Amino acid sequence: MMNHSSCCQHPDITHGMWLDIDAVIAENRNTPGALITVMRKCQNIVGYLPAALLDYIARGLNIPGSKVFGVATFYSYFSLTPKGRNTIKVCMGTACYVKGIKESIDRISAKYSVKEGKTSEDKRFSLEAVRCLGACGLAPVMVVNADIHGSISADKVIDILDKYS
Amino acid sequence: MDKPRTQLMLCGGTGCHSTGMSAFKETLQQALEKENLSREIRIVETGCNGFCAVGPVMLVQPEGIFYQKLRPEDVPELIREHFLKGRPVKRLFYTEPASKESIPDMNSIPFFAHQQFRVMRNKGLIDPEVIDEYIARDGYFGLAKALQDMTPQQIIEEVKVSGLRGRGGAGFPTGLKWDFAHKSPGDVKYVLCNADEGDPGAFMDRSVLEADPHAVLEGMIIAAKAINSHQGYIYCRSEYPLAIKRLEIAIRQAREYGLLGMNILDTGFDFEIDIYQGAGAFVCGEETALMRSIEGRRGMPRPRPPFPARKGLWDKPTILNNVETLANIPQIMLNGGKWYAGVGTETSKGTKVFALSGNVNNIGLVEVPMGTPLRTIIYDIGGGIPERKKFKAVQLGGPSGGCIPESLLDTPVDYEAIAKVGAIMGSGGVIVMNENTCMVDMARFFMDFIQDESCGKCTPCREGTRRLLQILEKICNGNGEPKDLEDLVELSDVIKNSALCGLGQTAPNPVLSTLRYFRDEYVAHIVEKRCPAKRCVSLLRFEVDPDLCKKCGLCFQVCPAHAISWEKKQIAVIDKEKCIQCLSCYAGCRFDAIL
Ligand SMILES: Cc1cc2nc3c(=O)[nH]c(=O)nc-3n(C[C@H](O)[C@H](O)[C@H](O)COP(=O)(O)O)c2cc1C
Ligand code: FES
Repeated sequence: MMNHSSCCQHPDITHGMWLDIDAVIAENRNTPGALITVMRKCQNIVGYLPAALLDYIARGLNIPGSKVFGVATFYSYFSLTPKGRNTIKVCMGTACYVKGIKESIDRISAKYSVKEGKTSEDKRFSLEAVRCLGACGLAPVMVVNADIHGSISADKVIDILDKYS
Repeated sequence: MDKPRTQLMLCGGTGCHSTGMSAFKETLQQALEKENLSREIRIVETGCNGFCAVGPVMLVQPEGIFYQKLRPEDVPELIREHFLKGRPVKRLFYTEPASKESIPDMNSIPFFAHQQFRVMRNKGLIDPEVIDEYIARDGYFGLAKALQDMTPQQIIEEVKVSGLRGRGGAGFPTGLKWDFAHKSPGDVKYVLCNADEGDPGAFMDRSVLEADPHAVLEGMIIAAKAINSHQGYIYCRSEYPLAIKRLEIAIRQAREYGLLGMNILDTGFDFEIDIYQGAGAFVCGEETALMRSIEGRRGMPRPRPPFPARKGLWDKPTILNNVETLANIPQIMLNGGKWYAGVGTETSKGTKVFALSGNVNNIGLVEVPMGTPLRTIIYDIGGGIPERKKFKAVQLGGPSGGCIPESLLDTPVDYEAIAKVGAIMGSGGVIVMNENTCMVDMARFFMDFIQDESCGKCTPCREGTRRLLQILEKICNGNGEPKDLEDLVELSDVIKNSALCGLGQTAPNPVLSTLRYFRDEYVAHIVEKRCPAKRCVSLLRFEVDPDLCKKCGLCFQVCPAHAISWEKKQIAVIDKEKCIQCLSCYAGCRFDAIL
């Protein structure tokens, strides 16, 4: 087992998180193709994947750092930057687009000063445009943290979001 | 436990969840307990019923009474009248909008009456987390027959006779695919299930997985027997947590029942299934990219041949099938290929599940025989276009597909017929668009999606789709020139013919199909500098037409920027300094008076 206290220190990763990360790596070390699974679990632990953590995973799985970085940037699931306290996912699938989600997105951006793909300065919201959520019956759809909100519109969306601080 | 006299099949699909099904369920459960009815009457949370438009919905079995739009407040009346006195509550039946007639029986509702359920035959009727309920509806009987009475050749022959073609997009004959993998030499082979469902507007695979996960497992085990594979993977997108949970439960239960694992049904055949979660890349739905992704690498496609049937996952012979394709297999084993081919057209057999959404009244899942005209799906089942708006186009096949205009709505759903009119069957997303949709903007929307999802490996797709997007943006911004139309066509042809994988080869389809049927809209943008659907902000004036304005003040009410001044019996005026161009007033105005 690697000794993370001497080699990796990171302000966003607590001691408990390091222990969990070690467990994930140990469990998957000998499984071929486990890189994406390991990265998913690590991201769930920390909230995002800081560069130091990518290095740590690379060493733990004995994979070149460049490969780990390549995979991390290929898949939209992985985030290399920290997220806000709340994550807003707005669906940019066809059904939601046809039903006018763009107006809602514009309203959110203007109201909370947060651009698509970015986090607001006060760290309250991260705004992500995501692919079809498979809930097209409820279009336009927005997911805030784990809550699904269907049939949103530009004038309803602020009322919904104001409840998330 | 006593056998309940009544089962309340409450839909637990995503649609009904978000319309308040859990609050209703909780109130109902408490009321049943309070009335001491919870032994006789059992609530079963099912997978998606399909009729999301009127959710939350509940089917009372065995009577077959269908309730819709349920609220917690309805519980006391339901208990008192229906469950105690046996008098169904008419107020909560579905009402046919035209005739105002209340319909208690689910199968008489027009939305269901035109459908034929094969893939979705168990939806809303079983608890997807209880394997016994699947078995009670002939589940795993097809597997038993395939394992005990049939040779791999016979299984493949039966699938060939059925005429089943891949439901994931390309429509490749399933039996033929299995035959290639069966004949491929090698001791280690894989069976993969494509549950990536990347096409925006498609949600049937999700619903099948959530409503009837065992059907997919059974299909995979039969496929494994046919090609002699002992390991399978389901590649499921991580956006579908409930589908993944139900699959995990189903796999565990199948193992406990000896239907998965070592020595399945005492026939000496071994097969295991693991779930692999995607990480958000559309291209990973493509077969070679999907296999790379399972190997833990960047999901980039590679040229074929060699085909996966020879060299697939970890370079071993592999078959990949879509969720819906696999869910058809158990019934083909049980009832025979001839039965399956009994419905459909010359080249497209069986039924197809469509996800109907967009500007249509009855949003939901629809399963119809191949050959059903699009018009039947949109009008008879879908109930037409809401708010008296006009139909403009229907989009089929997602980013690889095309937009079909009104004049071609009698086209039957059939792989070849749909391709002939410039779209593709695709995975089955059907998105209806009304007159407020700008077709140039739709082409731009799809190209934006594609250039974002292009993996970047081959130049035609990486650079070509970006260039197409730039031209379309230029047109939407009001800077289009007549020559742009020729450039779009020429560039599209090059990309189609030279891209490495299906993503690039089909990427120009949305552009070409809108150019073919809605050329006048392109011309309006380029020559008249006008967006007929009033969606392209750069081409709008943000002015009120005094002749059309009815002085109603609706625009004044909806404007979030307080940029509109209006008083009773006065024409509204937009202050362009304050206007944030959010289009709220365009949506708010009933008289099309904003220019
Ligand atoms: C860019 C791209 C994305 C695809 N996405 C999916 C998908 O999300 N689901 C799917 O089943 N097939 C998808 N396919 C089709 C698969 O490559 C493959 O043909 C299919 O899964 C084979 O199964 P079938 O024969 O049962 O249809 C996609 C193809 C391409 C080119
Ligand atoms: S398009 Fe938004 S959920 Fe499908």
